[in-house]
Amino acid sequence: MAQILWFEHYQPADAPELGGKNASLGTLLGAGLPVPPGFAVSADCYRKALADGGLTGQIDALIAAVDARDTASVAAAGERARALIGALRMPADLDAAIRAAYARLCEQCGGEQRGDGDGDLPVAVRSSATCEDQPDASFAGEHDTYLWVRGGDAVVAHVLRCWASLFTDRGIAYRLERGYRQHGAAMSVGVQQMVRPRAAGVAFTLNPLNGDRSQIAIDASWGFGEAVVSGEVTPDNFLVDKVMGAITRRTISAKTLEYRLTAADTVTAVEVEAERQSVPCLTDDEIAGVARLARRAEKHYKCPQDVEWAIVGAQASDEAQSVLLLQSRPETVWSRKPRQAATCNADPITSMVHTLLHPSHATPDGGC
Amino acid sequence: MADRFPSPFEMPTPPGAEGWQDLYAYSSVFSEDRREYEESAFWFMDGVHSPEAIPPWDATIVEYALIALSQYNTRHYVIPPARGVDMRFLNGYMYLSPVGVTDPKEIEARIPEFAERAGYYFANWDQLYAAWVPKVRALIGELETISFSPLPEREDMAVITEGRGTGSALDLLSTYHRLVDLTLKLWHHHFEFLNLGYAAYLDFFGCCKQLFPSIPDQAIAKMVAGIQVDLFRPDDEVKKLARLAVELGIADRFSGSEPAEQLLAALRGDPQGDKWLAAWEEAKQPWFNFSAGTTFYHSDKVWLEYPDIPLGFLRAYIAKVQRGETLERPIEAIIAERDRIVDEYTELIDSDEDRATFQAKLGLARTVFPYVENHNFYVEHWAHSVVWRKMRDLGRVLVAAEFFADVDDVFLLSRHEVSEVLFDLYHGWAVGAPSRGPKYWPGEMARRNGIMNALRQWSPPPALGVPPEVITEPFTVMLWGITSDSVRQWLGGAQADGGLAGFAASPGVAEGPARVVMSADGIGELREGEVLVAPLTAPSWAPVFGKIAATVTDVGGIMSHAAIVCREYGLPAVTGTAFGTKNIKTGQRVRVDGNAGTVTIID
Repeated sequence: MAQILWFEHYQPADAPELGGKNASLGTLLGAGLPVPPGFAVSADCYRKALADGGLTGQIDALIAAVDARDTASVAAAGERARALIGALRMPADLDAAIRAAYARLCEQCGGEQRGDGDGDLPVAVRSSATCEDQPDASFAGEHDTYLWVRGGDAVVAHVLRCWASLFTDRGIAYRLERGYRQHGAAMSVGVQQMVRPRAAGVAFTLNPLNGDRSQIAIDASWGFGEAVVSGEVTPDNFLVDKVMGAITRRTISAKTLEYRLTAADTVTAVEVEAERQSVPCLTDDEIAGVARLARRAEKHYKCPQDVEWAIVGAQASDEAQSVLLLQSRPETVWSRKPRQAATCNADPITSMVHTLLHPSHATPDGGC
Repeated sequence: MADRFPSPFEMPTPPGAEGWQDLYAYSSVFSEDRREYEESAFWFMDGVHSPEAIPPWDATIVEYALIALSQYNTRHYVIPPARGVDMRFLNGYMYLSPVGVTDPKEIEARIPEFAERAGYYFANWDQLYAAWVPKVRALIGELETISFSPLPEREDMAVITEGRGTGSALDLLSTYHRLVDLTLKLWHHHFEFLNLGYAAYLDFFGCCKQLFPSIPDQAIAKMVAGIQVDLFRPDDEVKKLARLAVELGIADRFSGSEPAEQLLAALRGDPQGDKWLAAWEEAKQPWFNFSAGTTFYHSDKVWLEYPDIPLGFLRAYIAKVQRGETLERPIEAIIAERDRIVDEYTELIDSDEDRATFQAKLGLARTVFPYVENHNFYVEHWAHSVVWRKMRDLGRVLVAAEFFADVDDVFLLSRHEVSEVLFDLYHGWAVGAPSRGPKYWPGEMARRNGIMNALRQWSPPPALGVPPEVITEPFTVMLWGITSDSVRQWLGGAQADGGLAGFAASPGVAEGPARVVMSADGIGELREGEVLVAPLTAPSWAPVFGKIAATVTDVGGIMSHAAIVCREYGLPAVTGTAFGTKNIKTGQRVRVDGNAGTVTIID
């Protein structure tokens, strides 16, 4: 099994080795969607490194002893497991493979390259656990993602940190709660070109308030999408009709905080200037662009999606700006609900009597 | 907030309008005899059809419209929760009170009858509707043959030699009565299909809302809307004439601003001009029987009599053609878009069962919809135009007999008074002694004109009496767009910040300078990008929708003919704001949110 799998060469057979998140990026790129390029370190590398380091049995035992109802027990086991993995030495062949892949990515995204030597393209280093993103389970946020990582050393170090994050307290607890076998879980790591968005956020390809599948709900805020994903900011919210393309609702919020690249070359939460807080962070064209992208992801997967996106380009009028897809996973809340049969009756007379008896239900004022 | 509207018995008579009650039928005004019932009912003003004070003869049309609506609900189709719609005139304005069936057992008992009667119409719709158009055309044809002429000095010799045994005055009287009866018959035909059509359309509407709670109304409208619709023919004809003028190379002769009469006369006599004039004449019948108003007033301007109106649109279209813009509705693209919308929503439905229901309801909605759109041309625009024209012919006879000076004074008579006036005329003619009319009516007409002017100055409250806690009567909601929300809003007045709320009648958000337009006469003032603020919009205003940014109306819901046309044009619209034309001033910047149904005055 290859250690490094490029997203652009993704095959469905690779999925078990890539984890949900990475497999999804590969799939989307393969479907022609605008996903920033990158590669995955296979889950097998994780398993092999743990085995070579003599940690496999030790960690299985640690977790087997955990009492899921006792947070202190979860925390203690997690801390120990993370420390063990964090202290691992990256195997030399894998270390070299990751550096080589990163160098190639730097070259591929040449325009972004700044320094010399092996390049220092900013990348996101993302955890992609092999039991993540099952259609019935949202593992969103259980494991760690590192933003704006630069240079081969840093990339290798963050791959290790992602491995360790398989044993975050919440990750352990979530797997126990859901009944996933702990020792079956492994960690693939994605290394992906990092874009510096003007605005970013998430989109659901249904209306999360009522499950209406004809709508796309967009949450958007300034800067990196982390502010939206983490819930630290009340985002602008837009509802777009999939079929008509109309923006059927818009709620502009005071966006007090944004993740921005600072002078220290780190992505940090900073306060948004007062005059920019209540300005809509997307133009109508951008809203339409995000909706189109989310719809394409949904059409590809043939089920409702929960996507992360970003707008690159300085100005709304910037010709070069574009909407990028950073992530797409199946929507889990409404998709798990048993389907509710529409109450509109097939028999026209019965149904019309109902309409006449409840006329306001049939008008836009009424609602159902 | 008050919990009721003023009693009709508390409303003062506007100064100068004393005695207005005598201009209307004794049964159509509020009275002490029925006070208990009238005070306990809820009455709303019908601003959709009759935004202004209604002249006495014009009351005929609205009375016939409502009696026909009522009779079809109550006696023909047995609509389970609805009887008719009661009506009264107050200070010349029409107030309506729908009469619901409230006892659940009675509603239940009416369902099988409704199923049998309405079911028959739905099952045989195509065949019955195919008969409707010729039926109404024949009726209009019959109206067109009506003619009124002054009584002759002597009966024709033929009356003697053929032994006819009747005289001209009998013809005059019976022709008038025939005109009145044909008008009633017209309204019978109108409601033969209308309420059933609305019910089927709203049934599909409700189904879409259940499947897709946030679906824009415009999407539903687009899935149903007809492509070839007679109601849009007048506009299409003007476009055709615009293209013809360009093709014939005579476009520059339309570039001035001279009145229609002068322009048309100047075209006469050269081959290209004559060719164009022939096309113009051909388009006029019947398509210029098109009113710039609601059609319910004799004073509404009909294209046929006011060629400057279509000519104004024509000039704008010619300019568009010359700029290289296309006027044609891209039929193939519209059909493709309609099919795409249907396919995509269908694909988003989860189960086969719901998909089948959706398709069936869409099918029925499409079956009924041509009627919902087209009847408006045949009944309101075309037939009303003929009725007003014929009444003016009768007015001319009375002017010739010196009963009054102005032809339009005939509309200051109630329909029953016209019979009396004709008897007076007949009497003078038969006896050979003076009729009373020439002494009596000139003064009386002056008084009546004074009353009508006073009534027009009055500002009618949106409603009277005691509103029900929840508006459930279907026709109040379906035909007039009045809901519990509108009632609450009327009771509370406008919002504190001066903003307005109404129906989210057509989606989208737009901002622009407001232009308050109180009647069709004002639509020429609209400039590109302005927000049209009007008591109501009428389908006949079609050509202005190409340049405005949004629409705000005082009255009407999503099913008014006007709202349907608004959605066709894809403009944000908020309807039924009650106070739009009062609160918004021309030139103010307003933001119209057709998704939320709100209007904000920005400055």
